[in-house]
Amino acid sequence: MLSLLLILIAACFFDGIIIRTKSICAGRKGPGILQPIYDVWRLWHKASVYSPTCGWVFRWAPIVYCASVLAAISVIPFGQQPALFSFDGDFVFFAYILALGKLFSILGALDTGSSFEGMGASREALFSMLAEPAFFLIIGSVALLTGHTSFHDIFAHLHLGDPVSYALATLAAFILLMVAMIENSRLPIDDPKTHLELTMIHEVMILDNSGFDLGLILSSGYLKFAMYTALIVNFFVGGLGLEWGIPLFFSIQFAAAVIIGVVESFMARLRMNHNPQFIFALTSIALMVIFGVLLLSGQLS
Amino acid sequence: MKALSVKNGACVALIDIPLLSYDDFYAEIVEALSDINLHCVNYFAYPQSDSLRLYACLADDAQGDIHILSCEVKKEAQLPAISAKVHAMERFERELNENHGLRFLDHPWMKPVRYAHDRADKTQVMDNYPFYSIKGENLHEVGVGPIHAGIIEPGHFRFICDGEKVLHLEIHLGYQHRDVEKLMLQKDKLIQRSLLAESTAGDTAVGHGTAFAMLWESLCGVEVSKRTQLERTLAAEIERIAIHTGDLSALCGDVAYQLGNAVFGRLRTPIINFMQEWCGNRLGKGCIRPGHSPYVFTPALADRLQVVLQAYERDYLEMIAKTLTMPSVLARFERTGVLSREQAVEIGAVGMAARASELARDIRSSHPYLAYPLLHHESITRRHGDVYSRTQIRRYEIVQSMTYARQLAQQLKNMPLEDNARPEMKPQANCFSIMLTEGWRGEICHCAITDAEGKLACYKIKDPSFHNWMALALAVRGNEISDFPICNKSFNLSYCGHDL
Repeated sequence: MLSLLLILIAACFFDGIIIRTKSICAGRKGPGILQPIYDVWRLWHKASVYSPTCGWVFRWAPIVYCASVLAAISVIPFGQQPALFSFDGDFVFFAYILALGKLFSILGALDTGSSFEGMGASREALFSMLAEPAFFLIIGSVALLTGHTSFHDIFAHLHLGDPVSYALATLAAFILLMVAMIENSRLPIDDPKTHLELTMIHEVMILDNSGFDLGLILSSGYLKFAMYTALIVNFFVGGLGLEWGIPLFFSIQFAAAVIIGVVESFMARLRMNHNPQFIFALTSIALMVIFGVLLLSGQLS
Repeated sequence: MKALSVKNGACVALIDIPLLSYDDFYAEIVEALSDINLHCVNYFAYPQSDSLRLYACLADDAQGDIHILSCEVKKEAQLPAISAKVHAMERFERELNENHGLRFLDHPWMKPVRYAHDRADKTQVMDNYPFYSIKGENLHEVGVGPIHAGIIEPGHFRFICDGEKVLHLEIHLGYQHRDVEKLMLQKDKLIQRSLLAESTAGDTAVGHGTAFAMLWESLCGVEVSKRTQLERTLAAEIERIAIHTGDLSALCGDVAYQLGNAVFGRLRTPIINFMQEWCGNRLGKGCIRPGHSPYVFTPALADRLQVVLQAYERDYLEMIAKTLTMPSVLARFERTGVLSREQAVEIGAVGMAARASELARDIRSSHPYLAYPLLHHESITRRHGDVYSRTQIRRYEIVQSMTYARQLAQQLKNMPLEDNARPEMKPQANCFSIMLTEGWRGEICHCAITDAEGKLACYKIKDPSFHNWMALALAVRGNEISDFPICNKSFNLSYCGHDL
């Protein structure tokens, strides 16, 4: 319950901090931290407009997408605090409930019949498919380390002791942050700021969404960011009490947002056909983590 | 060659232009254009009562001459197409077909150009544009526009893609057509014509404005003072700096490099603000008028320009060096959107885009006008013809233009201010005049013909975009469709300049 609450709070600020960091890096003042939330609030009060060519999939897609993100969040614990619900193998549930949401947003995009949205859907499907192994290798390696298969048990039993395990946790945090950036269509894979339909991935899929539906999609994006970062927090929060755990949670959320903002300010995005290479590189780093875990646990001699 | 050879900005009597039969005309042009130094700068029809007088103007870049020849054909005549032999002529012939109904028999690809209001065949409408299509299981078409997501102008782009790879791009224009050439004849006040000329392409107000002003002066036999000439040159170079900087910003924006986007965007502002200080318009509208200089470049402005350029230069040099050494930016720019030299020659590319493909077409050096003979301009070229080359052209042209602007401002500061009287301007009768200028995008050509009473009877404008849209279509072939925006931005062609 606590983790859900913390993630909801963090999600309110996450995108605002990214935008503010980017503004400061560009020498601008930038909008207020809560501007994205105001925008979502405004959209929630608007009705959606539907094209006559799209059917029920398009209408349901944003709701399923948002629900999938909320369902995924509900299995994320906070240190020793349990998640809303927890069962063996819930990290698989986590990955595939998100994939279900993505499936619906892809189908919704295809439902519009627009050639842009079809292109965006195909790219989104490709890149999130490629990012999947990295996620499973990371969670798999901590499952291996602790011998448990639910998020709550994994993180409750994850005690980082020696420097090597801290190094592995840092690598895992890096990979999760990158996966979060891929899943949320940020640089270097995608550019959320562009107005150029031909280069977009995620943005182009939601071109036809408006009003309440668009508000749902945007807010799910913010939630996803806070959700992935909450996973990162769990690597480090370990047995810390709440008085240290909660400040650590918000510090890591803040740091992740600032890092994303800085990365987006000072580099150009990748060429579309270099994206798979970049994502495969993440997978290979994740392989390093799993080998490290195997060495640590003495299963590889 | 059976043609009248003149220099840039000449005014000649119509009777002096050789009138050939179409067969000779055809043979002369095909032969002349086989020389790489020659290219066609304008080819248009002057309608007579029951026939059409075709004028072709071929610029010889090596000699600095412009060869003018003409022929007379019947309306709706069927003619062999020059573009069957010289592909660069294709759009001129399509235009002649569209506007005057001339039929070219073996034209490689006859289709409408811009849907002029008074086109010969009114059944040709935008809705049934004959798009090229390829059949194939794994191919898909993507149509972009004419409503644009950003702030630029309308145009329709039809891609045929194999997955992410572009096989073919077809560019359908004409949405910006305002009939500038007709309006030029209808509006008989000089101020109206000046306004029309500088609105031909909003980002090249000085380029087109200067072309019209000098053309009119040449028709009227008026010569402007040295001081005015220097001022016009200065305005053109400031325009070049401003637009190139804006393009660099947009190129960074298209690859999501935020720092470059922000910094170049900021750097452009003081330059265009300087134009506002000088002539009251940030785009330089109103700065150039035939016969005189409405806004004197005072010594105070000269000092101000030096200060503006000094502040600009420091940041510009730092930022451009940073941008063009950044691996993530280079990865996007290099080998993207390649226009080979052969292609550039074949389609008759001009200006900056041609120079990036090692085709040194630059009116400032080949047919110098205004103060360019004094500046001994040497054009900058690059070899690869990719987005990176076009970015580099901009990079070094800005530096070059800054040097020119400083020199010119210094010279102007030391010149005495002069009485700014407007001379009496009356065009000579039965004359033909041609003026080429080098706008930031490339060569601009204006031609005018006067009738027996000295009234404007025909006016023809050719913007560099007229040739270079084809360059864009060729450059994106084989690239990823997601790279189209940076290819497009690296050319930054004009829609309204093409559509007129």
